[in-house]
Amino acid sequence: MKLDRRSFIKLAGSSAACLTLGQLGVSLAPVKAYASGIKISGAKEVVTVCPFCSVSCHVIGHVKDGKLVNAEGDPDYPINEGALCAKGAAMFSMTTGKHRLQKPLYRAPYSDKWEEKDWDWMLDRIARRIKDTRDKDLILKNEKGDTVNRLESMFLLGTSHAGNEECAIAHQAMRSLGVVHMDHQARI
Amino acid sequence: MTNHWIDIKNADSILIMGSNAAEHHPISFKWVLKAKDAGATVMHVDPKFSRTSARSDFHVPLRSGTDIAFLGGMIKYILDNEKYFKEYVVEYTNAALVVGKEFGFKDGLFTGYDPKTRTYDKSKWGFEMDANGVPKRDKSLKNPRCVLQLMRKHYSRYGVDAVSATTGVPAKDLLKVYENFAATGRGDKAGTVMYALGWTQHTVGVQNIRSAGIIQLLLGNIGVAGGGINALRGEPNVQGSTDHTLLYHIIPGYMAMPHNGWQTYDEYVKGNTPVSKDPMSANWWQHKPKYFASLLKAWYGDHATKENGFCYELLPKIEKGGDYSYLFLFDRMYRGKIRGGIIIGLNPMNSVPNSNKLRKALDNLEWLVTSELHHSETTDNWHRPGVDPKKVKTEVFLLPSAHRLEKEGSVTNSGRWLLWHYKAVEPAFEAKPFGDMFCGFMGRVKKLYAKEGGKLPEAVTWLDYPEKYDPDDLCARINGRFTKDTEFKGKMYKKGQQVPTFTALKDDGSTMSLNWLYAGSYTEEDGNKAKRRSTEQTEMQKNIGLYPKWAWCWPVNRRILYNRASVDLNGKPYNKAKAVIEWKDGKWVGDVPDGGWPPMATGKGRYPFIMHKHGFGQLFGPGRQDGPFSEHYEPVETPVTKNLFSGQLNSPVYKFVSSDMDKLCKPADPKYPVVLTTYSVTEHWCGGGETRNIPNLLEAEPQLYVEMSPELAKEKGINNGDGVVVESIRGRVEAIAMVTVRMRPFKVHGRVIHEIGMPFCFGWTTPGTGDSTNRLTPFVGDPNTTIPEFKACCVNIRKADKLTELAT
Repeated sequence: MKLDRRSFIKLAGSSAACLTLGQLGVSLAPVKAYASGIKISGAKEVVTVCPFCSVSCHVIGHVKDGKLVNAEGDPDYPINEGALCAKGAAMFSMTTGKHRLQKPLYRAPYSDKWEEKDWDWMLDRIARRIKDTRDKDLILKNEKGDTVNRLESMFLLGTSHAGNEECAIAHQAMRSLGVVHMDHQARI
Repeated sequence: MTNHWIDIKNADSILIMGSNAAEHHPISFKWVLKAKDAGATVMHVDPKFSRTSARSDFHVPLRSGTDIAFLGGMIKYILDNEKYFKEYVVEYTNAALVVGKEFGFKDGLFTGYDPKTRTYDKSKWGFEMDANGVPKRDKSLKNPRCVLQLMRKHYSRYGVDAVSATTGVPAKDLLKVYENFAATGRGDKAGTVMYALGWTQHTVGVQNIRSAGIIQLLLGNIGVAGGGINALRGEPNVQGSTDHTLLYHIIPGYMAMPHNGWQTYDEYVKGNTPVSKDPMSANWWQHKPKYFASLLKAWYGDHATKENGFCYELLPKIEKGGDYSYLFLFDRMYRGKIRGGIIIGLNPMNSVPNSNKLRKALDNLEWLVTSELHHSETTDNWHRPGVDPKKVKTEVFLLPSAHRLEKEGSVTNSGRWLLWHYKAVEPAFEAKPFGDMFCGFMGRVKKLYAKEGGKLPEAVTWLDYPEKYDPDDLCARINGRFTKDTEFKGKMYKKGQQVPTFTALKDDGSTMSLNWLYAGSYTEEDGNKAKRRSTEQTEMQKNIGLYPKWAWCWPVNRRILYNRASVDLNGKPYNKAKAVIEWKDGKWVGDVPDGGWPPMATGKGRYPFIMHKHGFGQLFGPGRQDGPFSEHYEPVETPVTKNLFSGQLNSPVYKFVSSDMDKLCKPADPKYPVVLTTYSVTEHWCGGGETRNIPNLLEAEPQLYVEMSPELAKEKGINNGDGVVVESIRGRVEAIAMVTVRMRPFKVHGRVIHEIGMPFCFGWTTPGTGDSTNRLTPFVGDPNTTIPEFKACCVNIRKADKLTELAT
């Protein structure tokens, strides 16, 4: 009988007929004491997919009080069976580290520094830049007189780090604007 | 991948070439080693000895850029020794098709070559048709113009001596690989090919893979368990981002991008829908109009009607034959023709060739939007070393992006499995998903057009675009919905309900789908199948490691593509011990078959390669830009002056641009006598922009190094650990010398040629680690894909007097 991790836990927990280690004369007190102190006890398990190579190993994130407390390989996923490489194993530190960008940053033309801005300010200004570029540069007809509706002077690069849903709307947005210079990691 | 990760365990012979799977797809190796434990032979053909080599049965070093010579030799070996799987080759591939009289090949060039445009007229490579417009076939394979005979002639030049002198692989090692892999050319054996960027990143990248495709078709290894052509796709969702198409030349679902030659919807449909006169050919792309109309309907909603060609005329049209990829984009940017753009989750200032030119080009932008987890060489290009920010005009927006554990959505793995990831925690600080950024600015752009008007406003204002990023709803829209009440297969669906499969899609405006390949993934009946986590399987499925109820896989949950080629004409598996599908009691069991038609012998079947117009696996591939058969050409920068197979030194059709910063050294240039190849490391991700910021990963791989043989080190007076300078005609890079037997000199054209290898994951924003290796590599591209030639160029190396980029 092959059991995955969850059904094993369920079976072990629900079956009164099961022999426990205690009945076998093994004292569980120190193990229990340790377990009550481990960082994932009582944590919610959330399944995610490692954000590196496309083996797409599954990772379980343990969340306690809204905070990530641990991340480790998902033993039930039939491909990685709980295993992770060095990068996958670093999921916890890469998510929680202090090295992350914290706020939207803006660098004005010819400036030598970043300035912190809020998201709305940034998005308003980006939208203005996009519209002005499109209104200035959209090519409605080519030299032969064919309709082409092309915005050659704006581009999108990236990214295969985005999810499928993000890629779908990124493509849709770019084509509606007339963008033809579009590329990402698949061509590297 | 035609197959999937777990399926590797079913192989009897594994050829890993153009990949270092153990280090770059570490968990894939679990399945390689399972196969090895079960008796498979694992072979690694690669310039460098790595951990993949260490766990293989044997490692065969070859000079970078000579894979086609190596594989061409294998094709010749298979044909000369009759090692091919004859029934499969005759029935399922185009081996028996007769090629038209205009096709020919002479001294490295196929017919139809125009040296002025550096392109081929591919119409010269067509098949001969009978009176009904069906390709002529000679199943005896005796016709001298049938594909198999032409192939025999083409590869007759790839004898062991010429291959050995080109690749630097001794004859006995060539034969060891050929014999072992060719032994899978029978029904009860399977061989798989695992490749990655070591094949794609060449000016002959596509033909490297075509060569493997030819070998796999000859050996009957496509469609079977433990077989296939398996691209170990690099990036986390590069399969999904290709399917949903962040690329210029296609639109979602692998349909061509409209060009100026197709001005109307009808012209597009006519120009893109293949017609087959053969009743035995499924010619699946005949359904393209349904997928195309449903995509446009998803983009433009109620505004898209049959009468207005579903808003086709609003779409941009590329110039026919135009190239809008990185190579040409950055060249246009360098020339000041690009005003602004968006770079997200990508660090091209480090990970794209000829970085010195790219970094200058980026300075020419008026505005740049970036979204990242960390500062990178791209976001911070405006204050890179040696540049005065006060002279850089670019307005830069840097948005903090959410990490994987901070957002939900789907990704698609290399085996085409659609996988859902859940949100564990709120994004750190003020980070947000990319989806919020797109919805955020597009909503604003739409409002601006509604308020102010502008050029072609309806292309934007008519868009059916989410105001708020909702991955679950978008995942459902990718699957597709009925846009009016519809009966399908005896069941009524209401307007707005999910389509059950792509055969429900129509070209009359009654359906919408953001990607036909994903139709069936999110249905009324079963909900979002990316979330499925059941290990339920039949005994037959269990036997080959199929998990049909774990997640979902495109297309239609078919786990092994072209699986109808794994059975004989009666639907019986060639390999009974590892059957993928079988015709039993009037139906198919096992995997989801490639089309439900009965076996070929019933007369009601279809040829198994349903995505090709004629239904056959393409030994002869007339659709490529550089020829229907593969041919060895030297890399654009090469240490030799001659090609031993023809008078054509380099690919006659490789892509390039010309500027003062696009220099190439001459063949066998004495100033640059050493071959350079580049690669990743386990601890860093590609350009390293993310992983260099993780202390534990940086500690494991802290600094740029160059691997070189003891022989070369001695010649150059370099000791292990010395600081060195590596130079190409385009730039110089500092690194630490790692003198190791992992790199070996090659005997090529009767003399010794040295090759060195370097990672490319270090950059100046992580001080002391080094800077972009890609300052050395040339930006020249494959004629089919424009993927640049990262993997082979020419450099020199010397001991450094002083180091400025590396902490010492």
